[in-house]
Amino acid sequence: MSGRGPVGTLTAGTLTGGALRAAAFPARWPVRLAWIGLLLYALYAASILGVTWERFVQGLDNGARFLDRMFPPNLAPDKLELLWTGMVESIQIAVLATVFGILGSLPLGLMAARNLTPPWLSWTARGLIAVLRSFHSVIVAILFVKAVGFGALAGILALVVSTMGFVSKLFADAIEEISMKQAEAVRATGATFMSVIAMGVLPQVMARFVGFSTYQLDSNLRNSTMVGLVGGGGIGATLFTAYQRFDYDFVLTILLAIILLIMVAEVGARRLRRIFQ
Amino acid sequence: MMNSPARPVVADAGGVASRPEPLLGALLIRNLFKEYRAGQPVLRDISLAVEGRGLTAIIGPSGTGKSTLIRCVNRLVDPTAGEIWFGGQDLARLRGRALRAARRRIGMVFQEYNLVERLSVIENLLCGRLGYVPAWRAFLRRFPDADIAKAFELLDAVGLGAEFATRRADQLSGGQRQRVGIARAVMQGPDLVLADEPTSSLDPKTSVEIMELLAELSAARGIPVIVNIHNVDLARRFAQRVIGMTQGEVVFDGPPEALEDRHLTLIYGGQGWLS
Repeated sequence: MSGRGPVGTLTAGTLTGGALRAAAFPARWPVRLAWIGLLLYALYAASILGVTWERFVQGLDNGARFLDRMFPPNLAPDKLELLWTGMVESIQIAVLATVFGILGSLPLGLMAARNLTPPWLSWTARGLIAVLRSFHSVIVAILFVKAVGFGALAGILALVVSTMGFVSKLFADAIEEISMKQAEAVRATGATFMSVIAMGVLPQVMARFVGFSTYQLDSNLRNSTMVGLVGGGGIGATLFTAYQRFDYDFVLTILLAIILLIMVAEVGARRLRRIFQ
Repeated sequence: MMNSPARPVVADAGGVASRPEPLLGALLIRNLFKEYRAGQPVLRDISLAVEGRGLTAIIGPSGTGKSTLIRCVNRLVDPTAGEIWFGGQDLARLRGRALRAARRRIGMVFQEYNLVERLSVIENLLCGRLGYVPAWRAFLRRFPDADIAKAFELLDAVGLGAEFATRRADQLSGGQRQRVGIARAVMQGPDLVLADEPTSSLDPKTSVEIMELLAELSAARGIPVIVNIHNVDLARRFAQRVIGMTQGEVVFDGPPEALEDRHLTLIYGGQGWLS
């Protein structure tokens, strides 16, 4: 028993319980310091920004009054028509942005896959993807509203950018994980690069690509309700107007409709995935 | 220069006439070197001639360059130096379109089958036609009728019926996959088939069946087959010619009957003295 080297010396007979505990769970000071630092910084930032308990409680009070004014939701026919127009536009924005975004992601993702393309090309494509990904779609939407004016086009363009950023990166990563043996066998038949892609690479990643795309459609539906807040058209625009006109009961109607849309989208996306796989 | 007693019968290819014969299926390798890392050659000065038909087995321990050798032939691996004459062309110098045109006349069978797992059996067979069919047609699966008919015929020839056609490749057993792999190679209409350890992932019984199939196809269609194999018994049983390699060099070249224990010692047990 004692002949087991250093472990043999750490038996209950030779040391107290506390020392054993310390041996079993040694203090990790870097981790502790990181947590303490984070906590201290959070307290400091809260004091700078005037985050206080009183304001929070006051806010809850305001919130309750706000909710009270929202209820019951406004279901007047003219409001419902507004809602319907906005919703349809949002859905169109989402679908168009997804379709064009995915069409753009296919070549971009292929170019960014380091196992298929030469380094200069894959790094250029990856750089472009990084730029596309660096801003939230709302910020991109603000830029496009400035560029092409208010309306659905700005919203679509903004969501195309975010779709391409997201889908092409995942697509490139998926391609980098394929079995090169399968692609090599196709190459050995004398196939051209495009044929290797069509028969050796795409079959391996298609199912995952469909998965990313339906997920992105889901997420674009969500985001299409938001780009409207900054002028990108759709239900977001209707929502923003309702806020500004203090139509809080209509705001609630819109919010409920958005929740319904997202739930339906979730189910629809799952259906789509099942069809394609 | 090296181990002359181990080369009993067939003249070594170094002495083959300098003007390569454009004989169909004839392969002539001259002074082939391959280094993956500079100064560490995997193939050292390989010279070989494979003529006409029949099954040629390359035996030797793992890591001895057998796989690299046959991959140099269809240029999945680029040789460092040397010539590979096939069909009147030096494959070692080909690029782009010419290389692809040469590749489609060389079928390849892989140790791990390398089927595209998510494609159906028939789609995998039709991959053998990709050297002839443009990418968009392949993508839309608009292969010529003749190719599809040939695929069904070959499916039958390798012992898988038409009922396997639409089954996905990842649902097959190892032996079935290798049959598909062989059919894919024959789909190319090749003048030469390379098989890289085609039986190493299979059980003994299936291994024999696969070797029988390769020998049969080779004889029936007059296609020369070069098989890398480390199973000496299978090599003896099916090959008309055995090439023994060790340490990146050819140390035996002759008919299976001439393969003696001393050669096997040289091929498999010889590394200790040579390095």
